[in-house]
Amino acid sequence: MENEQISAFGEVLIFLIGGCVFVLGGLFSSKLIHPHRPNAQKLESYESGEQPIGSGWSRFNIRFYVVALLFLLFEVEIVFVFPWATVFGNADYIEATDGLWGWFSIIEMFVFIFILALGLAYAWVKGYLEWPKANVTPSDFKSPVPQGLYDNINKKYQSTKS
Amino acid sequence: MSTILFFLPFLLLFAVLAIYAERKVSAFIQDRYGPMEVGYYGILQTVADLVKLLQKEDIVPTKADRKLFLIAPILVFTFVFAGFAVVPVTSGWEGAPIQTGVFFLLAIVSLDTIGIIMAGWASNNKYSLFGAMRSAAQIISYEVPLTLSVLSVVMISQTLDLQQISIQQGVHAVGQETNYLFGIKALGIDVTEIGGFLTWNVFRVPILFITWIIFFITSLAESNRAPFDLPEAESELVAGFQTEYSGFRWSLLMLAEYGMMLLVSFLGVILFLGSWNSPLPNIGSVRLADWTTGEIGTLSGHLWSAFWLIAKALLMVLIQIWVRWTYPRIRIDQLMSVGWKYLTPIALFVLLIAAVWRLFMI
Repeated sequence: MENEQISAFGEVLIFLIGGCVFVLGGLFSSKLIHPHRPNAQKLESYESGEQPIGSGWSRFNIRFYVVALLFLLFEVEIVFVFPWATVFGNADYIEATDGLWGWFSIIEMFVFIFILALGLAYAWVKGYLEWPKANVTPSDFKSPVPQGLYDNINKKYQSTKS
Repeated sequence: MSTILFFLPFLLLFAVLAIYAERKVSAFIQDRYGPMEVGYYGILQTVADLVKLLQKEDIVPTKADRKLFLIAPILVFTFVFAGFAVVPVTSGWEGAPIQTGVFFLLAIVSLDTIGIIMAGWASNNKYSLFGAMRSAAQIISYEVPLTLSVLSVVMISQTLDLQQISIQQGVHAVGQETNYLFGIKALGIDVTEIGGFLTWNVFRVPILFITWIIFFITSLAESNRAPFDLPEAESELVAGFQTEYSGFRWSLLMLAEYGMMLLVSFLGVILFLGSWNSPLPNIGSVRLADWTTGEIGTLSGHLWSAFWLIAKALLMVLIQIWVRWTYPRIRIDQLMSVGWKYLTPIALFVLLIAAVWRLFMI
C-alpha cells in the first residue's frame, strides 16, 4: 500500500472513472441484448398520448431565476464561512489570546452573516419568496341542498369520532 | 486501498435491497403484501426488474438533443457516486484523505443539478423541462439550509475531514479531544472516557439536534424524496425530468436517486449520530463502548465500526422510506416557503448558537 501512494484527489478520480466505467459497461451490455426497432410513433415526444403541440422548450417562470440569485447569495456567504469555521474555535489560539480570538472572530462573522441575512429579509419583504397561488373564487352557484344538512352530517361524524 | 472496492458493490446491493424494502414497506403501510411471486417472499423481484430493464429498448426521441440526452444520466450517476469518495467505511479504512472532505462532498453533489437540468432540457418535452426546473429550484433552495447545518457541525468539530469528525465522537477521542457532558465545560463532567451515545454530536452539543432535524428534512429534498418529490410528481408531471428515458438509462437515474439517499444517510450519521462509534457507553468496569468499538486497524475494529456505520445509515434510509409513505406531497409554494422562510432562518440562527456553544466547550 505504501508504494502506491495515490494522492487524495487521485482517489476521487478513481471514483469518477470507476463510476463512468460501471455505467458505460452497463449501457454496453444493455446494448448487446436490447432490441432496436424505432418507429415514428415511438420516437415522438411523450405528451400523455396526445400529439405534442409546439416545442418542448417552452417558457418557464421567471421566479426560478430569483431563486437562483438567492442561492448564489448564500453560497458565496457559505464559501466564506467554511474556512472561518475551522479556525475560530481553535483551542491553542484562544488560549494564546486569552479568549479574545474566539469572541472577536465570532463578532466579526456575526456582522457578516447579519448583512447577508438582510439580503434574505429584503427578498422576503419584496415578496420574491412568494409563489403565485391559484386564486380560487367561490362560485355563485346556489345549491338546492340547504347548508344545514351538510352541517348536520359534519356534526354527526364529528361527535362519533371523539 | 480505495473505498471504491466497497462502495461500488455495496451501492448496487443497496439499490436492489432498498427498492425491495421500499415496496415492502409501502405495502405493509398500505395493508397489502407487495411483491410475493419472485423468490421467497418476493425477494428477487428487484433483480428480475433489473434484468428486464437491461433488455428494454433505449429510446431517444427524434426531437431530443441527442448528445446531451445520452450523457445526462451518466453525469447524474457519476457525480453522486463521486460523493462517496470521502466517506469512511470503518475506523481504519477512511475515504480519500482530503482535508476539505465535507466541502468537497457538498460541492460534487451539487453538480448533480447540472445533470438533471441537462436531462430535462435535452428531452425536449414539457414535462421534462418543468420537472427539471422544479428539481433544480428545489435542490438549490434546500442546499442552503443543508450546507448551513453541515457548517454547524464543522464549527463544533473544527475540521472538515469526515474521519476526524468520526473519531471525535467516540472513545477513540481520548487524548485528542475532551468531551464534556452536553458540551458545557462549566458542568465539569468529562464523558470522553464514557463514550457511547453521550459523545455523539447530537448529545455532545444538544443544539445540533435541531440542526440534525433540519439536515434530515433538507436531505429528503436533496434526494428528491417524498414529501419533496415535486420534480417527479406523477399526477401532474408524469415522471418529471425522467419522462423520456427508458431501459438501462432510466435505471441509472433511479440508481442515482437511491445512491443519493444512501449518501445523505451516511453523511447524516457521520456528522450527527456518532459515525462508526458504538452507541453503548462504558459504565465503570463494564467497558461496553471499548468492547463494541474495537481498536483502530484491528479486525474487530473494522467489523464493529463497519457494522455500526452501515446499520445506522440503513436505519436512516428506512426512516426516509417510512416518511415517503406517510406524508402527502407538498405544493411548490409550500416547498419554497418551507425552504426559505423557515429552514434557512432557523439554520442561520442555530449556526450562531453553535458558534457560541463552541466557545463554551473549550
